[in-house]
Amino acid sequence: MTAHAIEWGRRDPNPGGYFGEFGGRFVPETLVEPLEALTRAYEEARRDPSFTREYLGLLRDYVGRPTALYEAKRLAAACGGARIFLKREDLAHTGAHKINNALGQALLARRMGKSRVVAETGAGQHGVATAAACALIGLACEVYMGTDDVARQAPNVARMRLLGAKVIEVDSGSRTLKDAVNEAMRDWVARPDDTHYLLGSALGPHPYPLMVREFQSVIGREARRQFTEATGGLPDAVVACVGGGSNAIGIFDAFLDDASVRLVGVEAGGESLAPGRHAARFAAGSTGVLHGTRTFVLQDEGGNILSTHSISAGLDYPAVGPEHAWLRASGRCQYTTADDCAAADAFHALARLEGILPALESAHALATACRLAAELGTGHTILVNLSGRGDKDLSNVAS
Amino acid sequence: MLRRAQAPGLVAFATAGDPDLSRSEAVFLALDAAGTSVLEIGVPFSDPLADGPVIQRASYRALRSGTTLERAIGLAARVRRQARAPIVLFTYLNPVLRLGVERFAGEAAQAGVDGVLVVDLPLDEAGPFRDAAAGAGLDTIFLVAPTSGPERIRRAAALGSGFLYAVSRLGVTGPRESLPGLAQALVSRIRTETTLPVALGFGISHPAHVREAARWSDAAVVGSAIVQVVEQYGSDTRLAEAVHGRLRWLLGTAGGTGAPPAGSTGVPAVDS
Repeated sequence: MTAHAIEWGRRDPNPGGYFGEFGGRFVPETLVEPLEALTRAYEEARRDPSFTREYLGLLRDYVGRPTALYEAKRLAAACGGARIFLKREDLAHTGAHKINNALGQALLARRMGKSRVVAETGAGQHGVATAAACALIGLACEVYMGTDDVARQAPNVARMRLLGAKVIEVDSGSRTLKDAVNEAMRDWVARPDDTHYLLGSALGPHPYPLMVREFQSVIGREARRQFTEATGGLPDAVVACVGGGSNAIGIFDAFLDDASVRLVGVEAGGESLAPGRHAARFAAGSTGVLHGTRTFVLQDEGGNILSTHSISAGLDYPAVGPEHAWLRASGRCQYTTADDCAAADAFHALARLEGILPALESAHALATACRLAAELGTGHTILVNLSGRGDKDLSNVAS
Repeated sequence: MLRRAQAPGLVAFATAGDPDLSRSEAVFLALDAAGTSVLEIGVPFSDPLADGPVIQRASYRALRSGTTLERAIGLAARVRRQARAPIVLFTYLNPVLRLGVERFAGEAAQAGVDGVLVVDLPLDEAGPFRDAAAGAGLDTIFLVAPTSGPERIRRAAALGSGFLYAVSRLGVTGPRESLPGLAQALVSRIRTETTLPVALGFGISHPAHVREAARWSDAAVVGSAIVQVVEQYGSDTRLAEAVHGRLRWLLGTAGGTGAPPAGSTGVPAVDS
C-alpha cells in the first residue's frame, strides 16, 4: 500500500484558500461557517490514519485501483510520431475518475455526521459516482442536473436513479452544469446542518479545490509509477481535458516537480471561439469570481457570465478550477483547445483502432495528444488521462 | 441610514431594470412615496445564487432589458434626485470586479448612493472593497447569518457601517409563510455585540412578518413580495400604483389594498 500513500498537505493553498491570486472563498455569509467546518473536518480526517486507510481500501477493493496504464499503439501509429499511453480511468468503478473524489467526500460527510448529500452534475459521471458512494456509505443523495444535460446524458440519469439518488432537473439559466452548481449551492445554504455539498470538480470555494485535487491525486501517483515501470523514464507530455479540471489536476499533480514533463490541459473549443459557442476560459475569458472562487471566467462586458457550448456536457462550464489558473500564470502548465469535431474524430479513432469508447470529455485530450504526437515525433512519449468511458455519449455520437 | 430607537423601518428591495429601466425608476419612486425607510436597488446578475426563483426571474428580465451595473448606478442617480429615502445598492461581486472596485465606489458615490451590499463578498475577502467604499463615503453593509458566530458578528460590526443585515433563515431569498424563531435569536445575538442598527430580511412577505420583525429589529427588508408585484404587472400602466399599494399593505398603512389576491398568502407554490 505504501506505493499509493497519499502525501496529504504537500501543496496546500494559503490559509485563505489561494493559489497565487486565484481561489479564495466568495460565498454568502451563511455558507462561511459551513465551509470552515468542512475545512476543519477535512484537515482532521487527513491527519487520521484510519480515514486514509479506509479511503485507500475502498479505492482498491471498490473502485478497482490501480487502474491500468495502456499503450495505444495503433492510435499512435495513426497519429504518426510519439508513443501514446492511456491512464485508464474509464475502467474505474462507475466509469470515470469522479468516483475517487466522491468516495473521499462521502466518507468525510459521514465523519461529519451528515445524513444527506447534494451534488451537481454535467455529464452525469459525477452524479453517478456520488450516487454510488452514497449508496455504499448509506447517505441520502440528491443530484442537480441541467435539463439540457438530462436530455443528452439520459443513460447516466437512469443509473443515478437506480442507485437510489433523486435527480432534480434545473431549468434556469443555460440549463447546464453552471446552473446545476447554482441550484446545489442554493440547496446547501438552506440545509447546511444535515447536508454535505459534494462538489465534483476542483473548483468552488476553499477547501474544495484542494480537497478534490488531493482525492484525485491517486491518478497521477499511479500513472507516474506505472509509466516509469513501463518505459524506464518519464513522459515528455501529460495531456488531460479541463472542465472544472479535476482529472487534469489529479494527473498533473504527480508531475509538477518534473521540469522535463510538459503538462497540457485541453479546454472545449466547441463550435467556434465566438462568444457562447465554446468553453475555452483561458483562450477567451478573463479573471472573475464565479461559484465562490476567483479564477478565469467567460463573462461579458458587464461581468455577467456567458453561456457556453461543448459537445461534452462535462466541459460545458464557464469557469476553470483556480489552481489551473495559477499553474497557467506561473507557466508550469499550458492550456489549449480541441473543438467539437476534433473530439468526435478522436472518439471514433479510439473506438476503431483500440476498441475503447472514450467519454467525449476525454476525447478532447485524445485529439490534442494525437496532434502533439505528430509534433513531437518518434522517440517521444505522451501520457493521456482517459478520464471516462463513452457509453453515456452513444446517442450523442451516433447522431 | 437607519436609526435605532425610531419607529421601526422598512427596507424595500426591487431589481434595477425590471421590467426595464424607466418602469423600474417608477417602481422605486413608488416605494419611496409609500414610505419606505431605505430603497435597496438590486443589480441583476446572470447567476444569482443567493436568490430564490422570484428574484432570479427578476434578474433575467432585467438582464434581457439590457441592465448592467453601470446602468443600475445611473438609475440610482435618477432615483436619488427625486426620492427621499437613502439608497443601498445590492449586488453580486463579479460585475463590481469587472467595472473595478475603485471605479464602482466612485460612480456609486457620485450617483448619491448611501451604502453597498455585496452578497457574495464575505468579511474575510472584503477588506479592499470596504476601504474603497469608505474612501468614497459609502457605507458597506454586511450580512450576518444564523450560522455566524459571535466573532464574525463582531467583525461585521467593526468593518460595516450604516446597518447590519440579519439573514432571518437558512436558505435563499423568497416569500415564506412565517418568520422562523431563529430570526429573533439572531437579532438578540447581534444586539449583544454592537449598537449598529439591524435590518432583518429573507422571507418577509406579509404585514404580520413586518410587525413581528419590528418588535426586535430596526427594520424589515422586503424583496420578493415587492418583486412579485412587478412581475405580475410588468408593462401594465398600473404598475407603480400596485407597487405603492403593496408597500402600504406591508407597512400596515392601507386597509387591505395591495394585498395579494384573496385566498393567497402571497406565497407562490414554487417558493415553498
